[in-house]
Amino acid sequence: MSALPLPGDPTSPILRLVNVSKVYSTGSVEVEALHGVSMEVARGEYVAIMGPSGSGKSTLMHIVGCLDVPTTGSYDLAGEDVSTMSEDALAVVRNRQIGFVFQQFNLLASLPAWRNVELPLCYSGVGRAERKERAVKALARVGLGDRVDHRPGELSGGQQQRVAVARALVTDPALILADEPTGNLDSHSTADVLRLFAELHDQGRTIVLITHEHDVAQSAQRIVRILDGQIDSALPSSLTSVR
Amino acid sequence: MNWGETIRTALEAIRSRRMRSSLTMLGILIGIAAVMLTVGLGQGAQAQVRSQINQLGSNLLIVSPGSTTTSSGVRGGRGSASTLTTRDATALASPVVAPDIAKVAPVVTGSQSLTAGTTNWTTTVVGTTPDWLPVRARSLAEGRFFNTAELNDAAPVTVLGSTTASQLFGGRDPLGQSVNINGTAMTVIGILNTAGSSTTTDDDDQALVPQTTYSSRVASSGNAAGISTLYIQASSTDSLSAAYQEATNALLSTHGVTAAAADFSISSQQSLLTTATATDKTLTVLLAGIAAISLLVGGIGVMNIMLVSVTERIREIGLRKALGATPRIVRRQFLVEASTLGLCGGVLGIALGMVGAQVLPHFLNQPVTIPPVAGIGALGVALIIGIVAGVYPASRAAPLAPIDALRSE
Repeated sequence: MSALPLPGDPTSPILRLVNVSKVYSTGSVEVEALHGVSMEVARGEYVAIMGPSGSGKSTLMHIVGCLDVPTTGSYDLAGEDVSTMSEDALAVVRNRQIGFVFQQFNLLASLPAWRNVELPLCYSGVGRAERKERAVKALARVGLGDRVDHRPGELSGGQQQRVAVARALVTDPALILADEPTGNLDSHSTADVLRLFAELHDQGRTIVLITHEHDVAQSAQRIVRILDGQIDSALPSSLTSVR
Repeated sequence: MNWGETIRTALEAIRSRRMRSSLTMLGILIGIAAVMLTVGLGQGAQAQVRSQINQLGSNLLIVSPGSTTTSSGVRGGRGSASTLTTRDATALASPVVAPDIAKVAPVVTGSQSLTAGTTNWTTTVVGTTPDWLPVRARSLAEGRFFNTAELNDAAPVTVLGSTTASQLFGGRDPLGQSVNINGTAMTVIGILNTAGSSTTTDDDDQALVPQTTYSSRVASSGNAAGISTLYIQASSTDSLSAAYQEATNALLSTHGVTAAAADFSISSQQSLLTTATATDKTLTVLLAGIAAISLLVGGIGVMNIMLVSVTERIREIGLRKALGATPRIVRRQFLVEASTLGLCGGVLGIALGMVGAQVLPHFLNQPVTIPPVAGIGALGVALIIGIVAGVYPASRAAPLAPIDALRSE
């Protein structure tokens, strides 16, 4: 493996996990959720991480999302080694480099759509006027230009998830990380949200989608299967292009 | 996230839980208002006592005779003996003996029946000197006070209190009229301004005559030199204690007795004032203490609600952290929220206190004086209570791991 690529190098991978393992210790019991996972995601790639529950895909998502740090191994995100960063530094990385989309949408019910979307910008110190402008633009991008002032309770599930996608887009992150984004949606809304991801991919966004549903994973450019805390080598893990 | 943004977020959080926030603020509100009103009541009562006492005359020392002991051993009360004489008054008035004493007014009193034409009225007749007027801080409504010449001549003149004058003369002008006191016809030369009545004496119901006139024409007994009270005016408030010492020493030496056997006692307005305000102060401190406890309970209410809020908003905290909030920002957000609750409660409490200070005197017949510094202090206290109440809940929220927080249902 070569030396660390420069952050701006367009040919370097957006994320690179090298021999990452994660051990949870609850009292005397130690549970190894990941054993030596290595993977890369290139700039502009649309990757689905697939596995049944208990396979370690949530743990992988937490590490990829900088919500947790690996026990051993290294993780480079956009050219920066984040595996040894402090909590505060990780907060900055999450804010700048990652756009999250959760299964539960996780919108703040008391705020209108645009205020939910501008939230990450509040933590990166962007001025008020610019925040609103970018939030409205992001909402327009996901097709909710006419729902800017609606509160989450006034929107359908699919619309709420699109607000969440707008929130993930608004910081212009290196990576969009979607954790079971269609888990709470009906088939119509699922198709809707997946179509949105496909569009974003076409525009050059890097997307990592975590799911246990085969149909959803099929929409990605490449599927990485994870089983018992390891990348399942029995299946070809690259270039399963279905589109 | 800057401070303005943090405050805005806190206000939104407070506004989105209106009922709960108002109830929490109510605790602080009541506490602050209670503290302000008790302090205001105490201050008002003290000011009232002070003004009442100052009315009696400024820088005043009052010398009373000691008590008598009869042959059978029964001891009379203070003032029952007649140990004070005009000689004492002369001695105290000397600038050599007592340089810090400005003026001395000896007073001898007795109850007499006064007659004007067909009307009669029983009142206190006071024999004194022209210095009585400044020493007792009184003034004349009309006419004049008697002068030294009239004192030396034992002239048959009198100055009436306003109540006495109206009782004897009704609506008529008493000046120049004649009043019969114990068989002597005296000319009314002046009327005193009203002084208001204290609890023990009515200062508006009295007839003043020169001391010489009193002893020669009014007094029934033969003790011509005896006087019942000496009023002493110190040259200034600062020299009051010096005047007190000088008066004590001078009287001890003129009476030829030791301090242990002193046959007189001296009290000052200051000592009256001290006693009266000390009592008020104790009561104020007690009441303010109770009010402070209610404020403390209000503070605990804020802490309680903030703890509930942290538990309820675990998902929100997790989301904010996932989106880039550092533990410091989360802690700050909860601290600001708690202090905003405290501060809002404080502002409303001060408003309620102000309203109370206007309304309460109508029901209690007691002035309420809220010093401006108390308002600022109350605001500071409310803010500090909010911050202190927020520290623990904020320290619970700050270290929450985003994954645990996001996972919780």
